[in-house]
Amino acid sequence: MSYLNMLLFGIYPFIAIAVFVLASWIRFDREQYTWKSGSSQLLRNNLRLHSNLFHIGIIFVLMGHFVGLLTPHAIYHNFISTENKQMLAMVSGGLFGTICLIGLVGLLKRRMTDPRIRATSSTSDILVLWVLLIQLVLGLLTIFASTQHLDGSVMVLLGTWAQSIVTFQIVEAATAMETVGIIYKLHVFFGLTLLVIFPFTRLVHIISVPVWYLGRNFQIVRQKNHS
Amino acid sequence: MSHFLDRLQFFKKKQSEFSDGHGEVTNENRAWEDSYRSRWQYDKIVRSTHGVNCTGSCSWKIYVKNGLITWETQQTDYPRTRPDLPNHEPRGCPRGASYSWYTYSANRIKYPKIRKPLLKLWREARRTMEPVDAWGSIVEDQTKAVSYKSKRGMGGFIRSSWDEVNELIAAANVYTVKNYGPDRVIGFSPIPAMSMVSYAAGARYLSLIGGVCLSFYDWYCDLPPSSPMTWGEQTDVPESADWYNSNYIIAWGSNVPQTRTPDAHFFTEVRYKGTKTVSITPDYAEVSKLTDQWLNPKQGTDAALAMAFGHVILREFHLENPSEYFTDYARKYTDMPMLVMLEDYKDGAMKSTRFIRASDLDNNLGQDNNPDWKTVAIDETSGDIVAPNGTIGFRWGEDGQWNLKECEGGAGKETKLQLTFAKGDDTETADVGFPYFGGQEHEYFNNNDQDDVQVRRIPVRELTLADGSTVKVATVYDLMMGNYGLDRGLGGSNVASSFDDDVPYTPAWQERITGVSREKVIQVAREFADTAHKTNGRSMIIVGAGMNHWYHMDMNYRGLMNMLIMCGCVGQSGGGWAHYVGQEKLRPQTGWQPLAFGLDWSKPPRHMNGTSFFYNHSSQWRHEKMDTKDVLSPLANKDDFPEHMIDWNVRAERMGWLPSAPQLNSNPLEVVKAAEAAGKDPKDYLVEQLKSGEIKFACEEPDNSDNFPRNMFIWRSNLLGSSGKGHEYFLKYLLGTKNGVMNEDIGTTGGTLPNEVEWVKDAPTGKVDLVTTLDFRMSSTCMYSDIVLPTATWYEKNDLNTSDMHPFIHPLTAAVDPAWEARSDWEIYKGIAKEFSKVAEGVLGVEKDIVTIPLLHDTAGELGQAFDVKDWKKGECELIPGKTAPNMVVVERDYPNTYKKFTSIGPLLAEAGNGGKGIAWDTKDEIALLSELNHTVLDEGISEGQPVLESAIDAAEMILTLAPETNGSVAVKAWDALSKFTGIDHTHLAKQKQEEKIRFRDVVSQPRKIISSPTWSGLEDEHVSYNACYTNVHELIPWRTLTGRQQYYQDHPWMQAFGEQFVSYRPPIDTKTIKPIMNQKSNGNKEIALNWITPHQKWGIHSTYTDNLIMQTLSRGGPIIWMSEVDAKKVDLEDNDWVEVFNINGAITCRVVVSQRVNEGMTMMYHAQERILNIPGSETTGTRGGHHNSVTRVVLKPTHMIGGYAQQSYGFNYYGTVGCNRDEFVVVRKMNKVDWLDGPTGDDVPQPLPTEV
Repeated sequence: MSYLNMLLFGIYPFIAIAVFVLASWIRFDREQYTWKSGSSQLLRNNLRLHSNLFHIGIIFVLMGHFVGLLTPHAIYHNFISTENKQMLAMVSGGLFGTICLIGLVGLLKRRMTDPRIRATSSTSDILVLWVLLIQLVLGLLTIFASTQHLDGSVMVLLGTWAQSIVTFQIVEAATAMETVGIIYKLHVFFGLTLLVIFPFTRLVHIISVPVWYLGRNFQIVRQKNHS
Repeated sequence: MSHFLDRLQFFKKKQSEFSDGHGEVTNENRAWEDSYRSRWQYDKIVRSTHGVNCTGSCSWKIYVKNGLITWETQQTDYPRTRPDLPNHEPRGCPRGASYSWYTYSANRIKYPKIRKPLLKLWREARRTMEPVDAWGSIVEDQTKAVSYKSKRGMGGFIRSSWDEVNELIAAANVYTVKNYGPDRVIGFSPIPAMSMVSYAAGARYLSLIGGVCLSFYDWYCDLPPSSPMTWGEQTDVPESADWYNSNYIIAWGSNVPQTRTPDAHFFTEVRYKGTKTVSITPDYAEVSKLTDQWLNPKQGTDAALAMAFGHVILREFHLENPSEYFTDYARKYTDMPMLVMLEDYKDGAMKSTRFIRASDLDNNLGQDNNPDWKTVAIDETSGDIVAPNGTIGFRWGEDGQWNLKECEGGAGKETKLQLTFAKGDDTETADVGFPYFGGQEHEYFNNNDQDDVQVRRIPVRELTLADGSTVKVATVYDLMMGNYGLDRGLGGSNVASSFDDDVPYTPAWQERITGVSREKVIQVAREFADTAHKTNGRSMIIVGAGMNHWYHMDMNYRGLMNMLIMCGCVGQSGGGWAHYVGQEKLRPQTGWQPLAFGLDWSKPPRHMNGTSFFYNHSSQWRHEKMDTKDVLSPLANKDDFPEHMIDWNVRAERMGWLPSAPQLNSNPLEVVKAAEAAGKDPKDYLVEQLKSGEIKFACEEPDNSDNFPRNMFIWRSNLLGSSGKGHEYFLKYLLGTKNGVMNEDIGTTGGTLPNEVEWVKDAPTGKVDLVTTLDFRMSSTCMYSDIVLPTATWYEKNDLNTSDMHPFIHPLTAAVDPAWEARSDWEIYKGIAKEFSKVAEGVLGVEKDIVTIPLLHDTAGELGQAFDVKDWKKGECELIPGKTAPNMVVVERDYPNTYKKFTSIGPLLAEAGNGGKGIAWDTKDEIALLSELNHTVLDEGISEGQPVLESAIDAAEMILTLAPETNGSVAVKAWDALSKFTGIDHTHLAKQKQEEKIRFRDVVSQPRKIISSPTWSGLEDEHVSYNACYTNVHELIPWRTLTGRQQYYQDHPWMQAFGEQFVSYRPPIDTKTIKPIMNQKSNGNKEIALNWITPHQKWGIHSTYTDNLIMQTLSRGGPIIWMSEVDAKKVDLEDNDWVEVFNINGAITCRVVVSQRVNEGMTMMYHAQERILNIPGSETTGTRGGHHNSVTRVVLKPTHMIGGYAQQSYGFNYYGTVGCNRDEFVVVRKMNKVDWLDGPTGDDVPQPLPTEV
């Protein structure tokens, strides 16, 4: 096992998660007013198509990754075979990934070429879109790589890696990644990198989606003294 | 606690539910609520107001937080009114509430700026030359001069420093004074009342160096010349609280809720008392929704409506059922009993000429003093001819006879003046011709064809004159009845016995012209007069200047003034002429004048009437399309008069009627030097030189480079933006830059060339060498200036502000120091004065300057030529300075000491006293007080021991201490001085306030009500609201007119020439600006000609606030015009289409609002939308579109040039030519291509200003 492999897929995930959690916490506590999606819709209201495509795509892709990677083999085998699960991942991932890509390219074009949007963009606004684009393209490329092994073996390895990480089995995690193709490795690396940059960008809005509005009572009376 | 940890309580947050689960009680962190609390926290509140000429003068709280201005809200601590009257507050409107936006906006001017080509030349020249020589090397080199002048308005500003700009400005001023004369340094700043210290700063600097201050009220065309004509009063009006005392209000062309927002509440409140309100506006204006009745005459025909109203009132309340109150009022307070001479006209008809004077009669009717200036009437009781008290002849040269007591002047015998010579069947009559203009044809206005001379039968009487000859005379009363076309049973034609007769000026007659039904006219006239009859004059007309912007504005105004005078409304609480156009009421005027015009060091100052100046120097006269013959009276011999308007103006300047600037065709400093070299008195020398023609008036050679206005200061103004009538001509001739003028001058087109002015074939362009503008925002004027100086906003300086809408004096107070490198106007001019004194050293010393002064109103000079108009230049009379020509006064200028004079109060006030409006008083006590208040100068030099004038607050204290309105003891002195003229003791009006002294800190703590003073004709009293002419009626102080009374009749020969002795209806003139261009430069879209109307808007005040983001967001975000649905349909326009609006004067590009509230045939562009915001290129001019004045050109009216004739005498902003613009027509068509004329980098984000050339 190479040291690099160990560093990137055994140790880096923990660093990424630690940065993600701690930095988000600090920012949430100290910089409440920066915790926002930073929408540029007020500057130019032409977001409807691309923003929606992007968000629909990425929500499904992310959910697919969570379910696909973290569900133990023992459980999903009761519902679906490994081969079919891979096929499901390739088809649904391909579909939503493409939807997401169309949206993302539109957003990126807007951000880079519209003078008003460009002038008001921070480095992080631009960086996030480019990293997402790289990550998305890599993800879509894995579909083509996966056609070489439709038996689901690589998928199982990646699932093992993910499950090892969350169960703190560093060696097993690194080992699982050792044999997968370079595309997969890059995709995992950039995925972890997204976690690292997450607290420093507008991505934080992901964990503050105000879904609670859907279930709250009409009127809220806040008690005078908070205990 | 941590926000994050709080989130961990998420599921424990909810404590309970209530209201069937509609609500919930939670226990959660509420720290975030503090952000809302601190949003509205502030460190301090400072009182200020807005210096924007909106007439509001509203007290505002300015909030300051962390050293920044944050927002403003209305102050509500005005002194209370009386128990039966609503209070003034809250005052303020959404525009004022958005002002703080400017302070830190991108539009704020932050640093002194100079346009690059000029700065480059200057820095280069300064490397080797001293400042004055450096300036000379630039402006005298034609190539260099053109290189920077032609770039005006094209951007390219460089950030400079105060040291550099001050030196450049000082050098330019010194150079100009030395080489061309101090009267070539010109300043324009309007409406001192909106920030009087700031106005005074520039005016003081200019006056100390001999520069010229231009008038503005007349140039804006807000000055109604009809007011001086009728009342001898610039404009005096009731405060808005007096609306509440009225029982019948007509809002005539005044959009009260939109343009007088903070006062509109009185207008609505008074309706709860049962007062009826009527609006008269051509469009469905906002005011119409507040009134009980709306009349909509066609725009520009208001005079026809007023004539018909007058016809009904005279018929029903003077002839058939005379109101005792009206008749008594007419006898005592109007010229109706005065005798007018009749002359033979032709075909047995006569015409009315001038008033009979005491000097016409045997032994001057016993009047030795000014018998030429005393009009006469018949005493009904004795049947004798008498010269009643109060005429202008009694004002000057004798004491105690100038009053309105009903007695004969001198003898003191009681009189009852006779109004009419009609006595039933025995009446002796004569046929008298009256000019009729309503039949004149106009392509876009309806006429009512009748004889152009209306001969009517008038009661007359024969009179034997001193020379033994006999003349027929008639009273103004009898002539008035004839003028209004009333049948009095005397026979003859052209008179109406019924309102349904189609005879001028019946209600039936006006229908065709105005479109208003006769029933409505009769109803409103009856109600108006009946109310006044029952309430002794509590009927009021609120009027806005829109009607005053027509060429024949005086007809509109005199028409409605007459209604008020006929009904005895003028000078009565709740009645009268409520004319609101701007903040012209500078309440502490007589305290302010010495500060502003440097009268504490030297007098007289140089003043010039703006309209004539700009007509002349922006060469608009070179494009004159109108011939005087078009507007002369049908009774006048047209060959006796010049054709070109500028010829009339030159005559008026030469005869001392109007001021001149630049004055002579040579440097006035050199004139005195030459006189001294010749060993002669400068005045005698100048008279000699003028007579021989060696020296001429500058106005006779405006295109000679010696006579250009070389340096110009503009402050508190948007002169080159919204206020430049004939804007494109300004750009072409005055500034010499890119412009949109689309016609050739009269030399090329074969128009009438002037006789009095030297015609130069190739017109000079770029006449001004240096334009310096002070502003806090990047206005259109700043864009066209050479130097832009950043000034303090209204929340960053100390100043004073008054309005005619309420009796309070307000402060502007510095809430914070001026942001960036901005300085207050006072500090800016102080800085320039300091640098000027330094640069002048060695170039200019103590110089002598000869100043020409016109025959001024409220001085004995107003008794000029009593009968015929005689021009010395034509050899018709002797050149007598101060009588037949301007006066000439030598003034000493100590140039190197300019700064010392600027910053101290000079000795002349203590020596010569102070005063105003014809009265004077000693002011030593006030100067002594100022020495103690402000302390005295300790530095050696000419100002040592004089009171200090360093800060704006020092200046404010000078105003407040010297003015009767703010210093009770001065008020008593002033009333006492007036009492000597009238022979009546008026001091009781101020005695109770003798010890009251309002200081600057007093008004900062609360606005203060001013003290009654003879400067004004109304009273500030605990018992009556301020109402104009109140003291004329109730204290028997004469009006400052020829007859001493309100004048229906104007008898000056030039008034006769234009047929305007009486009011009548005169249709709009043809400005001849659309025919040559309509359908000539087609872009394929349909074109329509529309009347160009520029009223006041909702989302701005003049050009301020229109560039304010908040107001732009509420409006349409760029320039717009309004037009009717019908007209829009004709040319395939839809709402929000881009249109081009043009005529031969220039072009505008904007979008169109299509609305059913606008009349067919007119288009409105709300006044003064900046040309710096969303203006694409024009398809006709090839350059960027302009603003509302790009399609106008001023046309003068000679009746406004009359001078040296009682009330028709020049006064700064009191009388003179006015810049009318409403007769203008434009072509409107849809644009094919909206081209923003942006370069390849048009989308670039603004960059900081460069600092290097």
